[in-house]
Amino acid sequence: MNSKDRILSDLRAQRLPVAELPSLVQAWTRYEDPSAQFTSLVESVGGRVARLASRGDLPAALAEVPAFVAAQQIVSGVAEIVGNVDLARVDDPHALEMVDFAVFPGEFAVAENGAVWVTDERVSHRAIYFITQHLALVVPVDQMVHNLHEAYARIALGTSSLGVFISGPSKTADIEQSLVIGAHGPRSLTVFLVG
Amino acid sequence: MNHAPLAAEFVKDRPRAQWHDATLWFVRAKRDKAAQSLPEWETLRDCAAQIKAHTQYRLADYLEQFEREATKRGAVVHWARDAAEHNKIVLGLLRNRGVTKLVKSKSMLTEECHLNPYLERNGIEVVDTDLGERIVQLAGEPPSHIVLPAIHKKKEDVGAIFHKFLGTDEGATDPNYLAEAARAHLRAKFVAADAGLTGVNFAIAETGGLVVCTNEGNADLGVSLPKLHIASMGIEKLIPRAADLGVFIRLLARSATGQPITAYTSHFHGPRPGGELHIVLVDNGRTSIRANEDFRRSLNCIRCGACMNTCPVYRRSGGHSYETSVPGPIGSILAPAGDPAKFYSLPQACSLCGSCTDVCPVKIDLHHQLLTWRGELGRKGLISWHKRLGMKLGSFMFRHPAVYRTVGTVARKLTPWLPRSLVYNRFNTWGRQRELPEFPAESFRQQFKRRSREQQR
Ligand code: SF4
Repeated sequence: MNSKDRILSDLRAQRLPVAELPSLVQAWTRYEDPSAQFTSLVESVGGRVARLASRGDLPAALAEVPAFVAAQQIVSGVAEIVGNVDLARVDDPHALEMVDFAVFPGEFAVAENGAVWVTDERVSHRAIYFITQHLALVVPVDQMVHNLHEAYARIALGTSSLGVFISGPSKTADIEQSLVIGAHGPRSLTVFLVG
Repeated sequence: MNHAPLAAEFVKDRPRAQWHDATLWFVRAKRDKAAQSLPEWETLRDCAAQIKAHTQYRLADYLEQFEREATKRGAVVHWARDAAEHNKIVLGLLRNRGVTKLVKSKSMLTEECHLNPYLERNGIEVVDTDLGERIVQLAGEPPSHIVLPAIHKKKEDVGAIFHKFLGTDEGATDPNYLAEAARAHLRAKFVAADAGLTGVNFAIAETGGLVVCTNEGNADLGVSLPKLHIASMGIEKLIPRAADLGVFIRLLARSATGQPITAYTSHFHGPRPGGELHIVLVDNGRTSIRANEDFRRSLNCIRCGACMNTCPVYRRSGGHSYETSVPGPIGSILAPAGDPAKFYSLPQACSLCGSCTDVCPVKIDLHHQLLTWRGELGRKGLISWHKRLGMKLGSFMFRHPAVYRTVGTVARKLTPWLPRSLVYNRFNTWGRQRELPEFPAESFRQQFKRRSREQQR
């Protein structure tokens, strides 16, 4: 018998008490002002939120972000911003090591924990979210859910090889519990809430 | 070894032991704040416990469903009955592709399987990329905590390690400076790696996907640059539905560090275009724990570390005193299941305060199981003769009130007159670090009788 059959037959030989799945339809917390909750959560984990009236304001808003102004290599996944590194033309993600700034759309935001959902569905190298020195995500303000239960209800998991909730910049507290921003991934995260 | 002498060694350096205790308590306090911020906290815990119980009940079905779905999405699923088989599978995957450099993100399972030394013996360079894990790896030590691997190291220690291995300035202790040096050092490792290995926080039967949570983004970098992604997971990591993640992700980071969610909660489904994803499902004793009604629930653990942060014994004895890959309350239940003779002292180290049970997000009755273990170890004859003798005498005394009263009277009258050497000797382990309380003139019975008489008057 191979290991798979062995494990499965051992498991099936055991008789466990019947246990049903719970209902996940519960009175989960909702927020009076979800975008205010979202903003304060992002700020509490070292990120920044900027509110824009329309996507047309993006170039002006980014012009005020010092990391964007200083950036030499820029990757953009949003129409309003022109980057100078074209992801689709990059064969090997290792070439992205020198990227300073990346700006991408986020599908939706979660008020409860300040997370933004992004996927690699239209991104040819998922490494870009993690290898860039600075990251900005653009999310329509009406695409905001209250809590994670609502979030999972709207995600179709499995349609892309990566889906990730990003909450704030990369960080570590592994040296004496002191918070350091910029562990391996982006040193800063800016979320533009549009609308 | 035995927990007590190792713990004694740890507390010798008093200021450091107190610092360790306070640091973990700080993390525990953050957990409390996060838990209290959600009115539905207890509902979430109930749901989590029920989902886990249900998954256990139908584990074989869910494992098969997971394999089917994962395969559909292009992953390759491997099955390993024990640590040796797991290690062999991983080495085989690496060898077949000519991989010599592997980057790893946190995986307690690979610690359990001792994968690193095995791969290194076989000529593979293994780099742990979680900063805490890298610190202990460079120091040549195992992690001392499952979420905070280097929690026993002070910044001076980290500075010294980095000075030696990464060439940072001698005496440098600034966490920002040290972390920046580690970032540069590990970036080079990420870029040079031919493969990335991650642990798994949750595996979803319904979709065949994996969820990995990190704050650093190291798992994501490690599996987005090289073409090969290997994910190692215990068979108990399964959950039935994607919707169940709503419950577990809300509980995990809040319980672990008090964060509302980790910086990155990554969901992997199949390999990335042009890449490969291999998932190794590992039993390594889990099936036999599942067979045991008393300890089955210990498999529900989501490795948040909350029981360690709250444990008065763990905080004061350090993770290394347990000599297991998973220390603390949950480790003291899991380890004896694998090797009772080696780990017999761990359930004894518990004070049965029950704090672990209070904080556990999946409602494992940790302290009850630790008590059950003690009985079990007693039956296996794995408890020292003086402890057994003491228990026997104690039990006899408590069953015979007259004996109890006599012993009480003699102890009360006699002890104050005895020379110190007779009272504080090696048999009185309680008196090693503290004085016995003062013996009262009257016993409780006598006091009670006297007071009732006085009241009647
Ligand atoms: S036993 Fe509970 S509290 Fe301890 S690590 Fe596991 S899930 Fe967390």
